[in-house]
Amino acid sequence: MNISLTINGEKITRDIATNLLLADFLRDNLRLTGTHVGCDTTQCGCCIIHLNNKAVKSCTMLAVQADGAQITTIEGLAGANGALHPVQEAFREHHGLQCGFCTPGMVMMGADIVRRLPGADEATIRHQLEGNICRCTGYQGIVEAIMDASSQAKGI
Amino acid sequence: MGQYGIGQPVRRKEDVRLLTGKGRYTDDIHFDGQLWAAFFRSPHAHAKIKSIDSAAALSVAGVRHVFTGEDMRKGGMKPLVADINFTDRKGNKMYKPVRHILPSDRACYVGEPLVMVLADSAEAARAGAELIEIDFETLPNITSTAKAAEPDAYVLHPEHGSNIAVHWENSAPDEVDALIAQAPHKVKIHLVNNRLIVAPMEPRCAVATYDAKEDVITLYSPTQGVRPAQAGFAGLLGIDKKKLRVISLDVGGGFGIRSKRYPETAAVAWAAKHINQPVKWRGDRSETFVSDHHGRDQVNDAVMGLDKNGRVIALRLETIVNVGAYSGDNGPRLPIDGGGRIIPCGYDIEKFYFSVKPVYTNTVPTDTYRGAGRPEANYIMERLMDAAAEECGLTRDEIRRRNLIPLSKMPYRTQMNFVYDSGDFIGTMDKTLELADWKGFASRRKETEKRGKLRGIGLASFVEQAGGRPTEEMRVKFDENGKATVFSGTFSHGQGHETVYAQMVNDYLGVPFDQIDFVQGDTDTTPPGGVGTFGSRSSMMGGVAIKRSCGQIIMKGKKIAAHLLQADPAAVTFENGLFRVGVSSISIQDVARAASDPAKLPEGVTPGLDESNLFEREPDLNNFPNGCHICEVEVDPELGTIEIVKYTALDDCGVVLNPLIVHGQVYGGVAQGIGQALTEDAIYDAESGQLLAGSFMDYGMPRAHHLSMIEAHFTDDQPCKTNDLGVKGAGEAGACGAPPAFVSAVCDALTPYGVKHIDMPLTPERVWTAIQQAKAHKAA
Ligand code: FES
Ligand code: FES
Repeated sequence: MNISLTINGEKITRDIATNLLLADFLRDNLRLTGTHVGCDTTQCGCCIIHLNNKAVKSCTMLAVQADGAQITTIEGLAGANGALHPVQEAFREHHGLQCGFCTPGMVMMGADIVRRLPGADEATIRHQLEGNICRCTGYQGIVEAIMDASSQAKGI
Repeated sequence: MGQYGIGQPVRRKEDVRLLTGKGRYTDDIHFDGQLWAAFFRSPHAHAKIKSIDSAAALSVAGVRHVFTGEDMRKGGMKPLVADINFTDRKGNKMYKPVRHILPSDRACYVGEPLVMVLADSAEAARAGAELIEIDFETLPNITSTAKAAEPDAYVLHPEHGSNIAVHWENSAPDEVDALIAQAPHKVKIHLVNNRLIVAPMEPRCAVATYDAKEDVITLYSPTQGVRPAQAGFAGLLGIDKKKLRVISLDVGGGFGIRSKRYPETAAVAWAAKHINQPVKWRGDRSETFVSDHHGRDQVNDAVMGLDKNGRVIALRLETIVNVGAYSGDNGPRLPIDGGGRIIPCGYDIEKFYFSVKPVYTNTVPTDTYRGAGRPEANYIMERLMDAAAEECGLTRDEIRRRNLIPLSKMPYRTQMNFVYDSGDFIGTMDKTLELADWKGFASRRKETEKRGKLRGIGLASFVEQAGGRPTEEMRVKFDENGKATVFSGTFSHGQGHETVYAQMVNDYLGVPFDQIDFVQGDTDTTPPGGVGTFGSRSSMMGGVAIKRSCGQIIMKGKKIAAHLLQADPAAVTFENGLFRVGVSSISIQDVARAASDPAKLPEGVTPGLDESNLFEREPDLNNFPNGCHICEVEVDPELGTIEIVKYTALDDCGVVLNPLIVHGQVYGGVAQGIGQALTEDAIYDAESGQLLAGSFMDYGMPRAHHLSMIEAHFTDDQPCKTNDLGVKGAGEAGACGAPPAFVSAVCDALTPYGVKHIDMPLTPERVWTAIQQAKAHKAA
């Protein structure tokens, strides 16, 4: 089936199998390997992207369902001039990543939290991260980073 | 020193790449013409294989090959025999079953890979694997750790006649038994140390290519060090090490299980050569649940005798460790001379009997997992101390104060023949009590009780040992433009080596931080003596080798500088990147440039500024990170749920090279310890031998909301005395401190019910049940 969509600002048309998962389409077909796959049960959040400005797990939808959508992946989050997104910046500042495997999903989720809930407190952020697993960091740097970016977004 | 020097919280060099999706993990690579591998896995815990039929699989469109282990054996694949030997007190050797890569006669655990299918696409390979037909004759199975050691247990490997691989003992028990029998106070505990799924977030993956002209296989796979993987897999493949190049790109976490000789990885490498075509296997999460080694899984029985002052007289400890269907290269070692050799940890106990029985069962093999024997050892000692406090009528801190090794006894030779060089165990505990406001707990408890909940506080004083294998090699090389590159023998899979080693080179050689490159993870460029990253060894082994390499660079640089400045080499000094004689000076970059031009070199000096150091320590000169962790929890007695409300850690990791990164290690280790104690449990069904916790749906990975902010501190007065840097390991301490501190806190909260112990994980169901049982007991 033919699909057309915009990924990181670029219009893309592809003829793909109807059973292809969006995560595999991004990774294997488009070689946008920043989006990761860490599970097969929609639990880990390594695969989170923004679809029409909302965080979604790209492992849990078919690529054909994204026909016509606007998608941002981790590769497209930083500004065109290469300036890091405030959440990326905060992850670096607060040591929110170790091995980096959960990181793209965490950052995409973090950016979504910051957009929806500026000024969110620690408990809210921990709760919001229910669908993201990190095995390395104990979540401390991640939560601190999102809190920091979230309070900046509110101008606190 | 400066902003990027040693001891600074330098933000990581790795991060921008990893934060912008530019990390490169094994699954990110593809080769033209690659075939995809899928494995048919045993659906049975234990079964005889009567026949294997591949016809249906081969008929699937896109399926190109089907290989059994028999095919591989004919093609040179060797069986896997664990590199490990122990004897019992009579001199009988440990039994080691032969493990065939894809066995064709018998399957010994659910998920064991039996047949490999290669196809044009991953889907075709999977579809083919589903159509493999094996005629199985199912056999009885045994999965329980405790039951496997019983005399009438079903025996997995009949040629040995018992599931017990070896009964290892440190001594005869008689003296200890007699002392305990006469002791005024005795405590006895029985602990289950739950089996864990290690689950680094990047699932295992292997890609192999073959260069027929050079007869070289290149294997891409996540490891914790490419040299051990190269040696291990070359051995299995029956080829010379030089004929196997191993490359690890970015690796999504390791925690101990990465560099192992896994059958799937060996099969992928074998097939690439056999069919002379690239082969890729992408393990999915459910597959890694039954194919990556598992962690922990011990049953411990301990008895301790104390005098009337609460001083331990003697300790008797018996451990059964479930090593799975076959021995990994470390499974049985962990409680004996692996991490468990630390026992009895920080306590000054003179009379000590220790027995270990590794048992074979129909389960995934267990092996090293963060701490690898030390968390288990510290858990035993800390649960014993809590029990002893109650028995002797002392507080939990006082019983420890009376038994911890005092600073005055340092250096201290342990029961298991380590020498602790440093560590103020009592002082560290006392400081932690202050940091955590231990004294103010009573009022916090009252406040909690007003809200209808219970509050508890628990502490753990722990010691671990770090260092792993006693050699490591690092190389520091300048190019003709004066840029430095570190070629690392260790392997960073999240620990930030690119950053920390650059801080060191910046500090020692004055090279700007951003002018230092980092290369790791390729047997073509990794120093020949490289080992890897596990056992919290990278700073003490790799770090020392870097420091010494830099020292060698300065030595050589002085000779070159002296020649260029026409001075006596002995008169040359080096500081902040400059070689000086009197008022003349020359930068290390200019020396590096000159070093590339033989015409500018003094006689006898070889071109280049490029030095390697193979650091070898005395094998037993590990270092001994230690600390005290205090955990405070609230328990809802109606629901059995637990919330961590405060966590305080004081860690002695000696000199801290980058506090940001070391704090990260503490947080991550604590989270894994809390995971073990609160949510994680790899359960097998006793009847069918199926792994019930087979995905993230059924297995309790700790999530952000299970944890609270950890307040972490470091001691600053106990540098390690046995290495050049004063560093101690930092990666595994958290996993040692958290489980006993947490369990102690929950049991403290349940004091009103008289609950003394609950086995991990302390799920709401277990806590609630313990409360109900205690209530019923009281009522009766
Ligand atoms: S890969 Fe999408 S949730 Fe795990
Ligand atoms: S940083 Fe490794 S899994 Fe999160």
